[in-house]
Amino acid sequence: MRANYGYADATGEYYITIDTDRCDGCGECITACPEDMFELIEDDFGKLVAAVREEVRLKVGIQCPGFHAACYKNEVNCHAACKNEAISHSW
Amino acid sequence: MFVAGIDIGSRGSKAVIMEDNNILSYSICDTGPESVKTAQMTIAEALKGTGLSLDDLGYVVATGYGRVLVPFANTNISEISCHARGAHWYFPSVRTILDMGGQDCKAINCDDRGRVTNFIMNDKCAGGTGRFLEMIADVLQVPLEEIGPLSLESTHDIPFSTVCAVFAKSEALALLKTGAAKSDILAGLHDAIAVRCHNLLKRVSIEKDFTITGGISKNPGMVDKIRRRVGMEPVLAPDPQIIGALGAALFARERAEAREAQIAG
Repeated sequence: MRANYGYADATGEYYITIDTDRCDGCGECITACPEDMFELIEDDFGKLVAAVREEVRLKVGIQCPGFHAACYKNEVNCHAACKNEAISHSW
Repeated sequence: MFVAGIDIGSRGSKAVIMEDNNILSYSICDTGPESVKTAQMTIAEALKGTGLSLDDLGYVVATGYGRVLVPFANTNISEISCHARGAHWYFPSVRTILDMGGQDCKAINCDDRGRVTNFIMNDKCAGGTGRFLEMIADVLQVPLEEIGPLSLESTHDIPFSTVCAVFAKSEALALLKTGAAKSDILAGLHDAIAVRCHNLLKRVSIEKDFTITGGISKNPGMVDKIRRRVGMEPVLAPDPQIIGALGAALFARERAEAREAQIAG
């Protein structure tokens, strides 16, 4: 399942997508993310998967710099940490 | 065996009681400030006339916004999974679901078994929600259930420059003062919401068959605008507002069967 967290507003589309079929629930993204965006949740079928934390879902575009900016900053980020490439950004 | 699904939404609460694979009864109530009371009232309403009591229900699954606060539920499941499951029960061919609720709007893709493959939710902004339509009905002083039919009487839609609930309200008021017809204002607003929903649907993928669930899908004006924007005829359940609760009841049956198998095995 592709779970899209985020929103679109007048400035653009800000979605973090987690492919829960690819995610194995290892939790590496949680420690890697400098902005503390992620958490592990149990989905409806009892599988442990990564999700964007409920508290930051409505400010995804403000809290997370986005894929390109995160790469440019050369920091460790979710994309680099996720060996299954389960996480993607729309901006 | 009897099972139930209960969907505590932000504005309305729904319960569905199933006997095997049939809907025995259902209820739709307003969500009050206390979720526990609302849940008890909604299930009591659904039980009325069936001759059953709460103890006769073998398994209860809660879903929706207030799902964690249903004291008699065996488990709770997200409304996204429930809408997909419920819509699939009515229409196994459904692949795209637009759930238009009281305070949010969701676009869901599901597979041939009713499992969610892709979803997106808008709960950041009031534009395009049931609450927004309630507010507009209030501003125009038209009963809520009449705004849809009235919008269909429009001869020329007035385009709205915004779906922001705050700005749309003042824009509607300004238009009213210039003598614009309520039907034309409503048609424009419905179209603005349809554009928003279409954008949400585009983020997932729009595949045949397409259905609309949730309370707003009972508004024929809204359904008409979405049909035009999406360019696809939606299939609609007899009562699309109970799809989430129906999905929960279907999960309840599945879980109850699994539990029995476990005991027997």
